[in-house]
Amino acid sequence: MKQGMNILLVGVGGQGTILASKILSHVALAQGFDVKMSEIHGMAQRGGSVVTQVRIAEKVYGPIIEPGEADVLVAFEKLEAYRWAHMLKPGGTLIINDQKIEPLPVLIGTATYPETIFDDIQQRVEKVTIVPALEIATGLGNAKASNVVLMGVLAASMDIPRQCWDEALEAKVPARFLELNQKAFQAGYDYISCS
Amino acid sequence: MMTRVLWIDVEIKLDIDCPSERSMERILLMSLTTETPSSRQLLMGNEAIAWGAIEAGVRVVAAYPGTPSTEVTEHIIQHAADYGIYAEWSVNEKVALETAIAASWAGARAMACMKQVGLNVASDPLMTLAYLGTKGGLVLVVADDPGPHSSQTEQDTRLFARFAKLPVLDPSTPAEAREMTKLAFELSESLKVPVILRPTTRTAHVCQDVEFSPPPRPAIPLPPLHFERDPNWAILPTLSAKKHRWLNACQKDMGRWFVEKGLNRVVPGCSDADTVSVGIVTGGVSYNYVQEALANLGVSLPVYKVGGPTPLPAEDVLDYLQGKQAVLIVEEQEPVIEEQLTVAAFHRGMQIPFFGKLSGHLPREGEFNTNTVQAALRRYFAEVLPELSLPEVPAAQAGLTDIPAPPLRTPILCAGCPHRNSFYAFKQALKRQDALFTGDIGCYTLGVMPPLRAADTIVCMGASVAMAAGFDRVEPDRPHIAFLGDSTFFHSGIPPLINAVYNQARMTLVVLDNRTTAMTGHQPHPGLGWKGKQEPAPYIDIAAIAQACGVEWIRTVDPYDLPSMISAAKEAVEYPGVSVIIARRDCISIAKRQIPHQIDHAACRRCGLCIRQFGCPALFEAPLTEEERQEGRKSGAVRIAREKCFGCGACAQVCPWDAISPEVQR
Repeated sequence: MKQGMNILLVGVGGQGTILASKILSHVALAQGFDVKMSEIHGMAQRGGSVVTQVRIAEKVYGPIIEPGEADVLVAFEKLEAYRWAHMLKPGGTLIINDQKIEPLPVLIGTATYPETIFDDIQQRVEKVTIVPALEIATGLGNAKASNVVLMGVLAASMDIPRQCWDEALEAKVPARFLELNQKAFQAGYDYISCS
Repeated sequence: MMTRVLWIDVEIKLDIDCPSERSMERILLMSLTTETPSSRQLLMGNEAIAWGAIEAGVRVVAAYPGTPSTEVTEHIIQHAADYGIYAEWSVNEKVALETAIAASWAGARAMACMKQVGLNVASDPLMTLAYLGTKGGLVLVVADDPGPHSSQTEQDTRLFARFAKLPVLDPSTPAEAREMTKLAFELSESLKVPVILRPTTRTAHVCQDVEFSPPPRPAIPLPPLHFERDPNWAILPTLSAKKHRWLNACQKDMGRWFVEKGLNRVVPGCSDADTVSVGIVTGGVSYNYVQEALANLGVSLPVYKVGGPTPLPAEDVLDYLQGKQAVLIVEEQEPVIEEQLTVAAFHRGMQIPFFGKLSGHLPREGEFNTNTVQAALRRYFAEVLPELSLPEVPAAQAGLTDIPAPPLRTPILCAGCPHRNSFYAFKQALKRQDALFTGDIGCYTLGVMPPLRAADTIVCMGASVAMAAGFDRVEPDRPHIAFLGDSTFFHSGIPPLINAVYNQARMTLVVLDNRTTAMTGHQPHPGLGWKGKQEPAPYIDIAAIAQACGVEWIRTVDPYDLPSMISAAKEAVEYPGVSVIIARRDCISIAKRQIPHQIDHAACRRCGLCIRQFGCPALFEAPLTEEERQEGRKSGAVRIAREKCFGCGACAQVCPWDAISPEVQR
């Protein structure tokens, strides 16, 4: 990876966006970049829309990514891809987890979940990868590892040596979940080439 | 020791110089810190503050959790034993600060940590502490939350500090937060005043790569200290008058110290240009946005960076402004720097135009970002340097801005959350009585959301109790129910409970006892029997406290048992006095998941009660199938998202058709 990157991870509180962004930041750090990662804790963790920003460059000042500035947007949930798509820069990459989590207004019937998300996005964004990360992680035995599946997909799209990612996983994932997460990462990493 | 001092200077410079010089700084930094092996690590701002305090030799740390400040104390507790630190989760911020004051007066370096509204609670001791001063360095970490992201106000701690006449250090980055923590102890000891370190969310919760290695561990136990008696530690009106004069006299010294230590300084631009004729003054996290916006605009000029905003050493800033055409002041939250500077400029007779919040160039509410600051800079340059050509604003990406706004995704109570059951039970029990529910601060604040709508008022920690009693004074015919959590009960729920009993109010208090401080990440409290690192502690029983407060009607109920909860609710409200229900059930984040539930689709009549009245996020309505549509069905099948279902069984009790039951385990 030669230039800096702005990577936005969006999802629903509890999906593991923070762990994913820690792995990513660890990798960027090992590459010798200046890193700033910004997250919002607190109330949003209870099933709200969450966004974590990772800025990697020779020198990073502000911790926040502005609309139209994200090189990569990783959406851990479909509706969140929709919500945050405007953050993507022209020619940017969008990775979407094919998972639907209905927000409260939809659950209680006061709003509807849009059914045309993938079509709308694919019409507007050139580089879109849709990943059944939940399905893959569930197949590996733990639905919670879908965040690391998505990191695998992200890794395959970035020009960073694979070894750096493996080291970051070892550093950031608790030992008892490491093997599962290594498998999840590999499945994500192989996803594009297999599909 | 010498290397450490040099190292501080270099570390601070890291953030101020031109990008091209940065790698050289890093090499220099590496060579200076070879004495102990160090490595670049990703440190969260709060973690950096924790390490700064440990490096400074803090001995006592007391705090009450609150976003975005919590992780400072969490990190210190993790390392406390290694460094001989006493660290505690106190019952509230007032107690935390008073604990730190005692430690300081005995000569220890001490720290109290809280969020900005926590300082409201701790303000009573703080105001007197400002007069009496410190012995060992005393630092208050008070995290501000512009936005706000997870607070009830956007209050600016720098203004609070002005009220108390205390110095504030305002870091821009995690690396700077760590250095400023160490400097804050130094300042506190050199001037004998408490010092407020004020990170904002985008410093406290930002992770940055920092050159860092844990400091060497001291020999433990550390030697005990001894408090020396002195009449100057006991406030009386005569002493107060004398100390007030002393505190006022200190103000200039505080400002001078900021300048001497390079916290308030001119950051040079990369090259000389005509733009040096305009000034920019900024501080805190806004400094980053200014530098980034300037880089985006291709402008480089000297910027005055304020690390110590109160009391502002304004003379030094005015020296920087001498000969400039105008100044733009960029600061989040209140115009604290701007107002102090405006007064000082008036006294010096300086007549240049001031731009900032007061001129309407920057908003007075909400969080800044690079775009906000860049827009203000464009306007400023256009007004002051019309000949300066700036790059065009890049057009928004076509197509992506016209995506229709998706349904909101606000935070909600988790599937299986016992609070939902308590709220639902009370709603059911009192559905014909138009009962008023006073809410409080914690996860259960989310009870305000539909479909439960079980919080009619929310003010601050502990307010639910006194407000329920207060409403009873003016609308005695209506039931008043206060809901607050276990940790909040200990924080500030006890005095208003005593008040309600003593003044003979009629109300019901529901303590939502989920056996943790859930919202801030599961810190312990006195009702658990353990402390910060899970070491055993005395268990303080909420029911026993209520009884000792004079409450005569007390029940402890399991909110997973809805019928019992509903009948207890009815009974409590009938009681002509103060009644207390302790709704006790572990938070799902700390409890073992139970058997997920399933729906018997033959029995389910698709009434939707479980979804639309109970509102558990694990329940949803599947889209109508073609077959169902032909059958003339109006609503889709009700389903349970297995991965979300906690197995609390409440929906099975809510369902009038007995259509929900635990999955059969093989």
